[in-house]
Amino acid sequence: MIPNTLPQSLIDNPRLDRWIGFEPGGRVRVATGKVEIGQGVLTALAQIAAEELDLPLARVALVSGDTDAAPDERYTAGSLSIEVSGSSLRLVCAETRVLFLARLAERLGCPMTELSVADGAFLRRGAPTGEGYWSLAAEVDLAREATGAAPCKPFGQYRLVGQSEQRVDLPAKVFGAPFLHDMRLPGMLHARILRQPCAGARLVALDEVAIRRAAQGPIEIVRLHDFVAFVSEDETAVANAAKAAPTHAVWEGVREIAAAEQEAASLRSLSSIDRVVGPAPSPKPGARVHAATYSRPYHAHAAIAPSAAIATFRDGRLTVWMHGQGPHPLRYGLARALDLDIAAVTVKHAFGPGVYGHNGADDVALDAALIATRMPGRAIRVQWRREEEFAFEPVASAMLVALRAELDDAGRPTDWTAEIWSGTHRGRSGPLHGANLLACEALPDPPLPPEPADVPDAGGGGAIRNAQPLYNVGRARILHHLIARTPVRTSSMRGLGALANVFALEGFMDELAALAGADPLAYRLALLTDPRAIRVIERAASLAGWERRPAGGAGRGMGLGFARYKTWSTYAAVVAEVEVEETVRLTRVWCAADAGLVINPDGARNQLEGGIIQAASFVLKEQVRLGGAGIASLDWESYPILRFSEIPEVEIALIEAPEEPATGVGEAALGPTAGAIGNAVAHALGARIRDLPLTRERIMAAVLGAGA
Amino acid sequence: MTETIELIVNGRAVSIAADERTPLIDVLRNHLGLMGTRFGCGLEQCGSCAVLVDGAVVAACTAPVGSVAGKAITTVEGLGTPDRPHPLQTAILAEQAGQCGFCLSGILIGAKALLDRNPSPTRAEIAAALDWHLCRCGMHNRVLSAVARAAAHMREAATA
Repeated sequence: MIPNTLPQSLIDNPRLDRWIGFEPGGRVRVATGKVEIGQGVLTALAQIAAEELDLPLARVALVSGDTDAAPDERYTAGSLSIEVSGSSLRLVCAETRVLFLARLAERLGCPMTELSVADGAFLRRGAPTGEGYWSLAAEVDLAREATGAAPCKPFGQYRLVGQSEQRVDLPAKVFGAPFLHDMRLPGMLHARILRQPCAGARLVALDEVAIRRAAQGPIEIVRLHDFVAFVSEDETAVANAAKAAPTHAVWEGVREIAAAEQEAASLRSLSSIDRVVGPAPSPKPGARVHAATYSRPYHAHAAIAPSAAIATFRDGRLTVWMHGQGPHPLRYGLARALDLDIAAVTVKHAFGPGVYGHNGADDVALDAALIATRMPGRAIRVQWRREEEFAFEPVASAMLVALRAELDDAGRPTDWTAEIWSGTHRGRSGPLHGANLLACEALPDPPLPPEPADVPDAGGGGAIRNAQPLYNVGRARILHHLIARTPVRTSSMRGLGALANVFALEGFMDELAALAGADPLAYRLALLTDPRAIRVIERAASLAGWERRPAGGAGRGMGLGFARYKTWSTYAAVVAEVEVEETVRLTRVWCAADAGLVINPDGARNQLEGGIIQAASFVLKEQVRLGGAGIASLDWESYPILRFSEIPEVEIALIEAPEEPATGVGEAALGPTAGAIGNAVAHALGARIRDLPLTRERIMAAVLGAGA
Repeated sequence: MTETIELIVNGRAVSIAADERTPLIDVLRNHLGLMGTRFGCGLEQCGSCAVLVDGAVVAACTAPVGSVAGKAITTVEGLGTPDRPHPLQTAILAEQAGQCGFCLSGILIGAKALLDRNPSPTRAEIAAALDWHLCRCGMHNRVLSAVARAAAHMREAATA
């Protein structure tokens, strides 16, 4: 019986040999269900394993995201890889070490306390025994369930954990061809897709002659109901065909979306599933009240390259290479969509362009698998077009966040309400969520739309993520309106609801501070009791030189944002400095973060830096445009992101807290960055913009409004 | 129409049979097996597919191979190898200037072009030179530091 205090991954995959094995050649196979999506997780997990085994890092051979060879750890998401996979590997490796030492003690007839491990060599009273993991491997049976009972190393004895080891994946990305996109299998065919413009659209005419002519090379056209693929040994030909195809296809049942639906304000008019999290509202008659409404628009993942996948179907077995977050869940989704036995499906992860959530990577895998099952024996490589990725990847939902606080005589909150309108942040395929893969819509008997549901609160929530203040605000509640059907498909993206909620909450805190006539930093600190929260905020303020914060309203501003991600994960405080004329120039950002025990400090900084820049891009520039059949921003000109010339200097301080559990850092800085920039811009202008992105038009409107 | 086209790729003369309209990136990746040049958008908007043609930065995603016939093309494979890395590659690793890494080939090419014409660029000059190149993971500051580090290294090597 596995005690349920074990990490979820170990409960789901209890056998030790699923995680670890000693291979010939002196390498230890360490398997993880988590995958490298740009965040450096494989390096950190290898450090954890080598640490507990007392092996050199170079001995660890990581196996990642292979449904045949690695444990099922669901999705690489939610900044949980270190928390869940890391803590599982720590227990597995600690237990493995104990099993080996117990075997050696038995053989030598000595107590285990006399034995130790140094750099892979087993010692007795400090002297070499001539034994090690590989010499004893045949005598230790790892085909057993983990107990989680073996003692792990205390942090004081760490030699690898806590070191900034270089990333194991990076050299190949500088010299070689490490991506799924670069794989070439024997006899492989290239494919591109003619996409159904929207669910329910029917293809009534396709001028195949014209498309073949445009291809300028031989192609096959694979058609399954309203799913059309162009396939050839010649990638150029299928790219030409796919580019020309939309003008040679006639669809019926194509909807028209009005551009107004791209604005978060339109969410209010959509039907929703409503609930209250926390005590029911009970407005106090005559109370002093402050209220304001904030928003974010729909945001795109906008990975640097379009999604791709490769599939083969041989002897009834499907093998798919993908670069998304969840090889195991995708396996279930593919089996269901293709009506295959789950045992006949293998999914393998390979590197791809950065993954920040649920993008097109799962959908392109079904595209490739569909074609492969129609062309058995041939490897099929599908690459989406750039326009296709922008048009059809699930996007982060627009959100509307209305905050209301009742205040005491000193201007401190006594009652707090966050009312949130948002589409779902969970639109996944897999056993838990139904097969929600794009091409299913184009096949006969398309699936019914899934029952609207968001990420469970126990997992940090989706739309409500970080809506609960860490500040002492009296009674607090969340009114959650889950929009049943948004105009475009929405799903998880880095931080889920935290970006909008922390942008709103931290902006609102500055508004309350101003009403109270208090400095925003002092106002926050007075409402906090958690010493770790206070420490990160004070550290960020000190890095930034908060005391030299300029007087506001003259075009230069400094703002603060803070959150503890998901309310139980990493603490991050960010200070932003801006210059605002017609547009915002983000000049500097300072961040302090407390992620407990840090496995790889440079890796953690790297993730925080990336999160800060990506959040700045969301806040300053990004909005998915709607129109026509769906998404209308289909290239980098209509969906601009932050460029080299617009990048602020970034300074990061990691707070040392090695006695605290390790928490993830990939998402922690996004909300605080949004809050800090919003507050810095408000400080610079002397007027607040509550809707993202902070565009020239909104700046002009705010300035004119403030002057009126 | 398929014809024989002569190219000089990473210092080596090659001859390929292709339609002259074929995008250079497809020739590099599919005819010559040089996978380091990466497809990002096909629209000349992201810089992922940058190569040097006679020293100038070109978007390989749209350049027809016929337009570069007889010219000298440098891809990321032409910069260096793990055994003999270019200082820019060494510097990217030293600064750990990458997450997903998909943009790095194009950035390395853009940075090479910059250092070829300006061995001592300021941070602002590096940013301006790389402004066409998009990075979605937010590694810009590390890339800027890496290019400055490589430039310093190359200046030292030149005076040594």
